[in-house]
Amino acid sequence: MTDTALNPSAFVAHDAHAHHHDADHKPGFFARWFMSTNHKDIGTLYLIFAIVAGIIGGSVSGLMRAELAEPGIQYLQGWAGMLHGGSASLDESLHLWNVLITAHGLIMVFFMVMPAMVGGFGNWFVPIMIGAPDMAFPRMNNVSFWLLIPAFTLLLASPFFGGAGNGWTLYAPLSTYGEPGPSTDMAILALHLAGASSILGAINFITTIFNMRAPGMTLHKMPLFVWSMLVTAFLLLLALPVLAAAITMLLTDRNFGTTFFDPAGGGDPVLYQHLFWFFGHPEVYIMILPGFGIVSQIISTFSRKPVFGYLGMAYAMVAIGVVGFVVWAHHMFTTGLSVNTKMYFTAATMVIAVPTGIKIFSWIATMWGGSMSFKTPMVWSIGFIFMFTVGGVTGVVLANGGIDDYMQDTYYVVAHFHYVLSLGAVFSLFAGFYYWFPKMSGKMYNEFLGQLHFWVFFIGVNVMFFPMHFLGLQGMPRRYPDYPDAYAHWNYVATVGYMIMAAGMAIFFVNLIWSLIAGKKAADNPWGEGATTLEWTISSPPPYHQFETLPKID
Amino acid sequence: MRILGMRGLAIAAGLALASLGGVAGQAAPASQAAATAPDTGAAGAAPQAAAGPAGVSNTAPTSAAAPATANPSSPALAEDGGYAMAPTPGVGQPTPGTVGLQPQVTKNGVFAHWMHNAILMPTITAVSLLVLALLFWVVFRYRRAANPVPSKTSHNTVIEIIWTLAPVIILVLIAVPSIGLLSAQFKPAPAGAVTIKAIGNQWYWTYQYPDNGGFEVTANMLKEAKDVGAGERARTDADGPRLLATDNRIVLPVGVPIRLITTANDVIHSWAVPAFWIKLDAIPGRLNETSFTIDKPGLYFGQCSELCGARHAFMPIAVQAVSPAQFAAWVRAKGGSMPTPGQASDKVIPQPGADGSAAKVEEAAETANATGPVENVTTAAPATTQGATSNPAGAGNAGL
Repeated sequence: MTDTALNPSAFVAHDAHAHHHDADHKPGFFARWFMSTNHKDIGTLYLIFAIVAGIIGGSVSGLMRAELAEPGIQYLQGWAGMLHGGSASLDESLHLWNVLITAHGLIMVFFMVMPAMVGGFGNWFVPIMIGAPDMAFPRMNNVSFWLLIPAFTLLLASPFFGGAGNGWTLYAPLSTYGEPGPSTDMAILALHLAGASSILGAINFITTIFNMRAPGMTLHKMPLFVWSMLVTAFLLLLALPVLAAAITMLLTDRNFGTTFFDPAGGGDPVLYQHLFWFFGHPEVYIMILPGFGIVSQIISTFSRKPVFGYLGMAYAMVAIGVVGFVVWAHHMFTTGLSVNTKMYFTAATMVIAVPTGIKIFSWIATMWGGSMSFKTPMVWSIGFIFMFTVGGVTGVVLANGGIDDYMQDTYYVVAHFHYVLSLGAVFSLFAGFYYWFPKMSGKMYNEFLGQLHFWVFFIGVNVMFFPMHFLGLQGMPRRYPDYPDAYAHWNYVATVGYMIMAAGMAIFFVNLIWSLIAGKKAADNPWGEGATTLEWTISSPPPYHQFETLPKID
Repeated sequence: MRILGMRGLAIAAGLALASLGGVAGQAAPASQAAATAPDTGAAGAAPQAAAGPAGVSNTAPTSAAAPATANPSSPALAEDGGYAMAPTPGVGQPTPGTVGLQPQVTKNGVFAHWMHNAILMPTITAVSLLVLALLFWVVFRYRRAANPVPSKTSHNTVIEIIWTLAPVIILVLIAVPSIGLLSAQFKPAPAGAVTIKAIGNQWYWTYQYPDNGGFEVTANMLKEAKDVGAGERARTDADGPRLLATDNRIVLPVGVPIRLITTANDVIHSWAVPAFWIKLDAIPGRLNETSFTIDKPGLYFGQCSELCGARHAFMPIAVQAVSPAQFAAWVRAKGGSMPTPGQASDKVIPQPGADGSAAKVEEAAETANATGPVENVTTAAPATTQGATSNPAGAGNAGL
């Protein structure tokens, strides 16, 4: 759109002979996919990227679950040998374990969930839902995506230079003088690029949502998914610069002799943790808030009922975003905080349960009195509500600073955050994917395979992650490649769960490929009267440029 | 695990026979330990006081064997102050296949254990089941076949206020004991507390007893028989479970407040023993402090709980809690000394928020008495840093 508008002569010439399919004019392959300024194409690129990263990050967790299936070091030495081209010492193999956990965390957070939620669905549907033709800054949008490619490349290359084995949190001093070699620098630069990409994206979303809403689309009429993206964009904008500062200080500590985090020069390792978690806690809401928005749309659509307590839902997300900035030190309960600090962070953290509870109950109230059909997106959303509840209530347990002395850095924490992310955020991603797949591709997915995918995946992740609560209660620490034999039973069960989950993912990919090739043509609105947002008023797939005439919302 | 229990019984039985038969030599002090344990207030510790066979005890050549045998009131320790205590399944270590918390042996641990099991678990289970039940109900009642025409309701102020306030009330009810637990955990150690400083290293722990002459103990993980070279010491079941047993246990008295100070030499580690409900990061450049009192003699294991590099999983913590008299004997065997009351190190270290009430002074007096016989500092041997293991690689390097 902007291309032609900026070049009047081309516009005129083009207009003269191709008026009827003006909105659907697409550039050639290279220009379309590598120099894109189209929010839908960029959204598609983000989704493809997220799927690729998800396959890699999920495979890494498969390696981890294989190693943890039994006590003792099973495979690490062999894998480390493959990486080092020959044989590896035990320390090299154990380091590889730390590289795997770091890679899994960073890939899933920065290269799977965030690109899929914000870059993928956000790009695709925020402009359409507010009745805008595109994002506010289409070229910056493209820059946002393409920054991810070198970022991901740096991260994936780092294992071949020794590997960054610091955990996704990159705690100093393990990440400064604790780990020489270029790998950690590569991982830090990867985060810098991914962070810059997200900041640019956030600026774009905020500008788009504030300035490009169609006539009549007031803030209080915006679909909840747009609300969720607005709050998420603000969290990104405010949190990521702090991460950038923290990891820049890591870089200078590592390479230029500063001692921000080195006590030998007057620095403080705990300072890094404060900076990291000031970013890190909002980050978890960055990953889940768009999921809240997606689930709200789907529940409303398939209950054929407007969202219950719309304003409460919108401002609950705002409240979660605000409170999310003042609870960071609950990740640091064992670092030697004072009693008053621990009491404050205990209380503040518990407060988050209130707006979260409002959301859970409002979703149920939306279904209450509805006329529900249980299409694939809906079963994923209902699964999301329950699994997120389970993950949320263990968060209330962990919020207690005194209780956390036992739970901190055990598998209880691993179980908790996988319930809210792997069963929360990922469930909402699948819900959104099935919900919008007909709109994005113009083809229907296979309903049976979608339902089968849900049930196999649901059983798999629960078998995998629920026993981790038990391991944590028995005291098993995180980030261990080998564990005392008493933990063998539930670890084995968890690995079986991974295999079930992996089978579920195979069903997803079969469905994806089958639907793209042979799926039935999707109607403009395949979901019926419950689907009231603007994306269902345009064709499936949408025209290359939608809303040449802005819609009017009353 | 069942097999382990049987083995423990067999060892205990063997020891009982040995003591009845009056077998002389190395086994005698250990078996006396089994007999005298109840006398020293070690109720229920009988099965723990099993074997400290000479073959596996870590006898450093620098340690004097004499003091322990010279004092008949502290025979539970092997001659070097090593272990005459075998692990008890289900206590101080994880239990296979279970779903709950480890049993607690400190007052705050029991409090926190109660809070988790009696308040938090029932609450979160009830909330989860409520949500599940509501979901089942709406899915059943409001499916399209059962309710073809959807209602148009989208607001109900009353119910929205209810589901905002109800969680607030529940959270306040949780916060009350939670804040109480925190203040209990932050109660500073009183006078007479035993101070132990745990220093994290890649990848082993060193411990110092600054008030007991400042001697140092280094604890490395014991490797399996298949992983050690000829002549090196390998783990046995008497040492503890795989990945939890250390070559040198740290010994702490029961019934006496312990002041734990943590720090680290290289990267961040975390000193954690689940049975004490204690986890405290060991951070270079910082001294973190907490306190706890162990109520039951026994053997308690923990593991490093902050990612610290390659062998993060291989730097366990093993605490042997014994009677104060046995602790004093162990300290002497290590070349340390028991402090005289009134020394500077005995003073209560003021903490923010702590008040010096009469009750605290009284409590301090009690605990000072409970530390048992006070040694004459002038006779103490000079502080020694004991070699960590018989591993050829030397202290702090298990040679993995």
